[in-house]
Amino acid sequence: MSASSALPMPTTAAPVPTTATPAAARRAQAGRWQDTLFRHTTRAFAALVLALLVSIILALGYSALPALQKFGLGFFGTNVWNPVTGQFGALAPIYGTLVTSVIALLIGVPVSFGIALFLTEMCPAVLRRPLGTAVELLAAIPSIIYGMWGLFVFAPFFADHVQPLLTRAFGDLWVIGPLFQGAPTGLGVLTAGVILSVMVIPFIASVMRDVFEVVPPVLKESAYGLGCTTWEVVRRVVLPYTRIGVVGGIMLGLGRALGETMAVTFVIGNAYRIRASLYEPGNSIASALANEFNEAADPVHRGSLIALGLVLFVLTLVVLAASRLLIARLARGEGART
Amino acid sequence: MRSARYRRRILVNRFNLAMSLATMAFGMLFLFWILATLLRNGFTALSPTLFTQMTPPPGSAGGLLNAIFGSVLIVGAATLVSTPIGVLAGIYLAEYGRNGAFAEATRLINDILLSAPSIILGLFVYTVYVVHVGHFSGWAGSMALGLIAIPVVVRTTENMLRLVPSSLREAAVALGAPMWKVILMVTLKAVRGGVITGVLLAVARMSGETAPLLFTALNNQFFSSDMNGPMANLPVVIFQFAMSPFDDWKTLAWAAALLITLAVLVLNILARTVFRQPTVR
Repeated sequence: MSASSALPMPTTAAPVPTTATPAAARRAQAGRWQDTLFRHTTRAFAALVLALLVSIILALGYSALPALQKFGLGFFGTNVWNPVTGQFGALAPIYGTLVTSVIALLIGVPVSFGIALFLTEMCPAVLRRPLGTAVELLAAIPSIIYGMWGLFVFAPFFADHVQPLLTRAFGDLWVIGPLFQGAPTGLGVLTAGVILSVMVIPFIASVMRDVFEVVPPVLKESAYGLGCTTWEVVRRVVLPYTRIGVVGGIMLGLGRALGETMAVTFVIGNAYRIRASLYEPGNSIASALANEFNEAADPVHRGSLIALGLVLFVLTLVVLAASRLLIARLARGEGART
Repeated sequence: MRSARYRRRILVNRFNLAMSLATMAFGMLFLFWILATLLRNGFTALSPTLFTQMTPPPGSAGGLLNAIFGSVLIVGAATLVSTPIGVLAGIYLAEYGRNGAFAEATRLINDILLSAPSIILGLFVYTVYVVHVGHFSGWAGSMALGLIAIPVVVRTTENMLRLVPSSLREAAVALGAPMWKVILMVTLKAVRGGVITGVLLAVARMSGETAPLLFTALNNQFFSSDMNGPMANLPVVIFQFAMSPFDDWKTLAWAAALLITLAVLVLNILARTVFRQPTVR
């Protein structure tokens, strides 16, 4: 009961309070009722987000059944993809997805670290925002633009100038040599990995920059006071302090790289093969889906592609969940320490 | 005087900082390389007929009118549907759920969906909608894009609402306003700019997405405003035309690529400058 609804009571002196407190009481009553409704409505929409994830897994799992029933667990371990005979195995696209993502991280992580280091420790304050925004714009460029640029501009450049160099530098080496042998066509697993690395840089770099910024200035200043160089401060103070967050950022980049579709589809070559050479064409799960799904009429073929999609979704789910939990853990630790 | 060890430390420091500068240059190199490619190939392809004619069969002149129109329609519908859903879910997380287990789980799932592969969302809409309706359609495309936009809007709305000081809420409650009025008319109003930023970023993200449209809206050679049938849209036109062996199709693909990128970059910069509010990305 609010004060305003209690006020008129003495004057009317009616025994029934509901009739005695007209407008205000009714409004308070309506307010409570509307409040409950509003709370449950917003809650329902929040639940919708949760339901979405579950229904994606269920829907994909159900649609993948024709393939999974036919091939069983062997689906994930066989390297065959033949729509004519109806034989499908997921090994080649899974391999391609993992290899391109690993290449992307091998290049992307050190570069992102360098960019984050530059933005937090070296950059003049005036340039910090514009340069930070410029890095984030790399993430804003649509994936298909990366694909077109990759196919028409980057791949020819890569074939003419970079691949021959790599072959000469690494081609004869023990173990890693075979990776860099073969015809430099410009299209293949390596090109896809390099383009992916450019695409994940903004995501990793901006997480790293954010976690570097949570390091308490006192810690850094003490190190500088002891005579440390900038690099030593980063290496011995900033990195150990933010290790968990940095790993979280890398996982976020990995999650992005695994599912990237259009850019990879343009340059990977779309062949269901597993070859030692990174110059050979390959396939990733996402590029297989983009290329074949609309042409797949047979339910087993379609089911196999959906099963691939399910594998990709579960894989990114695990990676992204780990990333998010790691970053959250750093943020919590930060709160406890200050 | 200066020992060898000291000199080495200085040297290592200089080398690593130089490498850091080099990585920054590496990142910028790619940004400008891509933009320069787009400008060079796109500008020569720009012409007024882009906005007046339909996508042509190979070998004849044409424009992108049907694709531009389709893209605007699909993205527009997706925005209209996903904004209220995202804002309401964001309100729950920030105002009611707070740190409860349900809210925490929703937040985690939302963050995962934020980065989940967009092609999977297209696949999902295909399996639950397109298969049952029996044909590709603009609505299906809007659904897939809407699923991409919702997590973006949820995230920004929640982040923005959490910045509102509780004293503002308390003042409104003390005046006797019911909670829903406090939220809609006081707190949400206070962060309007931030929520608009989130929606703009979501629109930018949707405009460039290709993968989810492949299995949903597909493409259409002709002008169509029927959201219930296959619909032309810029990203899929780019994909189809760029992969084709025809030069005039490739030229149109470059023009479309330039248009999309300009739109996306303008939306991004607009979101970051005009509607910017502190401490939210």
